Amino acid sequence: MNLMAIKVIYLNEMMRFWNTLFQSVASPVISTALYFVVFGSAIGSRIENIDGISYGLFIVPGLTMLSVLTQSISNASFGIFFPKFTGTIYELLSAPVSYYETLIGYVGAAATKSLVLATIILLTANLFVDLNIAHPIWMLSFLVLTCVAFSLFGFIIGLWADNFEKLQIIPLLIITPLVFLGGSFYSISMLPPVWQKVTLFNPVLYLVSGFRWSFFEISDVGVGVSLLMVLLFLSICIAIIAWMFKTGYKLKQ
Amino acid sequence: MQTIISIKDLTKVYDSGFNALKSINLDINKGEILGLLGPNGAGKTTLISTICGIVSPTSGEVTVDGFDIVKDFRKTRSIIGLVPQELTLGSFDTVWGTVRFSRGLFGAKRDDAYLEELLKDLSLFDKKDSEIRMLSGGMKRRVLIAKALSHNPKILFLDEPTAGVDVELRKDLWKIVNVLKSKGVTIILTTHYIEEAEELADRIGVISNGELLLVEKKAHLMETLGKKQLIVELKESLTKLPSSLDKHNIEISEDGMHISYTYIVKDEETDMSEVLQEITNSGLHIKDLKVVQSSLEDIFVDLVKEK
Repeated sequence: MNLMAIKVIYLNEMMRFWNTLFQSVASPVISTALYFVVFGSAIGSRIENIDGISYGLFIVPGLTMLSVLTQSISNASFGIFFPKFTGTIYELLSAPVSYYETLIGYVGAAATKSLVLATIILLTANLFVDLNIAHPIWMLSFLVLTCVAFSLFGFIIGLWADNFEKLQIIPLLIITPLVFLGGSFYSISMLPPVWQKVTLFNPVLYLVSGFRWSFFEISDVGVGVSLLMVLLFLSICIAIIAWMFKTGYKLKQ
Repeated sequence: MQTIISIKDLTKVYDSGFNALKSINLDINKGEILGLLGPNGAGKTTLISTICGIVSPTSGEVTVDGFDIVKDFRKTRSIIGLVPQELTLGSFDTVWGTVRFSRGLFGAKRDDAYLEELLKDLSLFDKKDSEIRMLSGGMKRRVLIAKALSHNPKILFLDEPTAGVDVELRKDLWKIVNVLKSKGVTIILTTHYIEEAEELADRIGVISNGELLLVEKKAHLMETLGKKQLIVELKESLTKLPSSLDKHNIEISEDGMHISYTYIVKDEETDMSEVLQEITNSGLHIKDLKVVQSSLEDIFVDLVKEK
C-alpha cells in the first residue's frame, strides 16, 4: 500500500481547507447563528416544545446534518472533479497509486472537513441553547458514518460530473430538498398521516432521526433502523465506486 | 543494449471506435533518447499515455524493466516520470508544494535536499515559494519537468516539451535533456520539431495513423533515407535540359541559372563523376557547385506521404 500517497493526497486536500480557514469557519458560524436567531428565537419562541424539547434545541441535530451532508458532498465532489477539470488527474493516474488509495485520501479529507464543521456548528449552537448529548458515542458514530457516507456520495458525483452544472445539480436539486423535508426542522409526527408515510421514503429522515436520538433520546424512527439505513447507504456508495473503478468510468479511456 | 521498455502488439481502440494504436511493436533501450515523430493524431500521446497508465490498452503487452504495466503497475510507474503536453498545474499551488506533492504520490520519502538540488538545476529555486499562476509559460514547463523528476525516475517521457516555447528556453530544455541522459535516464520524446529530434535523439521512431512506420538510429536513418542534392550554378541561362542528361534525375531552376541533381547517398548506382562528366560534355559551363543534404524533416515528410 502506498501510504505516502494517501498522506499527500489527504494533506493536499486539507491544505485547501486551512488556506480558506476564515471562510471555512466563519461561514458555518454565521449561518448557524442566523438559524438560531430566526428559528430559535424569533419563530421558535412561538412554537410549542416538541416531545418536551424546546424548538431551538430540537433543530440542533437537523441543522448540523444539513451542513454535514451538503459540505461532505461538496468537498468530496470538488476534490476529485477539480483535477479532472484542470487536467492534473494525469498525475494521479500515472502514479503508483491504486484507486482505493486515491479514494481514502480524498474521502478522508472531505469527511475530516465535515467533522470539523460539525464541531464548529455544535459549539456555536451551545452559545444559544444548553446542549446536552445523551449518547456521545452514538452521536459521534452517526456523525462519522454520515460524513464518510456522504463524502463517498460526493466522490461519485465528482467522478460522474463533467461540468460545473452537473457538479451542482444533485446537491442543489436533490440533497437540499431531501434534508429540508427529512425532519431536520420538525418531527414527522407534525405532518398529516399521508405525508408521514411519504417521508419514510426519504433516506435523510433516518440520518436526522438517529442523530437526534443520540442527543435527546427522541426519534421519528427506531435508532436501529437509522443505523441500518446509514450503513446501507454507505454500502451502496462503496459498491458504485467499486464499479466505477473497475470499469475506469470517466477516469480512464 | 539492454531493453527497458518492451511493447508487443499494442493496440488501442477508443470507445468512439477510433483505432489510435495498431499493433505497435517496439523495444526501447536503457539510457537512450528515442524521438517519436508523427503528425497530429498519429498516436504518439496515446502510446505514451498507455505506457504511463493513463490510457488502458485494448490488447497487447507492455513491460517496463521486466514488469507488466497492468499487473505490476506500482513497480513500473514508480520508475517513470511524465511531462505532459499541456501545462496542467494547480494555479494556487506553490512550486515547492506541487513538486513535493508529486514526490509523495510516487511513494518516495521526503527528501528536501534532493528537491532543492532539482529546483536549482531547473533554475526554479528562487521561485520555489511562488504560486504557479504567477509563473511564465516557460517556468511552468520547468515545473512540470521538476514534478516528473521529483521521484528520481529511470525513464522520462517528454510529450512535446517544447511546444509553444521560445527558442532560448527550447535550447535550455535540450541542455536539461542531455544532462539527464548523461545520468543514465532513458528518455522518450515526442515532438513536432524535427530539429529537436535531430538534435537530441539517438533513435527515431515515426508514427502515422496509429502505425509505427519505422524505428532507426538517427544517423543510419539520415544515411540510408537521406537525399543529397548537387546544385550546379551555370554561367549562362538554360531553357531546356540537353537530352544527354535526360537519364539522370536533373531539374532546371525557374531562372534557368541552376540545375540540380538529386541522389540517394547510399545508392550504389550513383556515380557522381559520370554525372559531372556528362554535364560538362553537354556543353554547359559550370560557374559553381554546391551539395545540400536533406534534413530529418524531409525524410519524415517523405515517409508519411508514402504511407
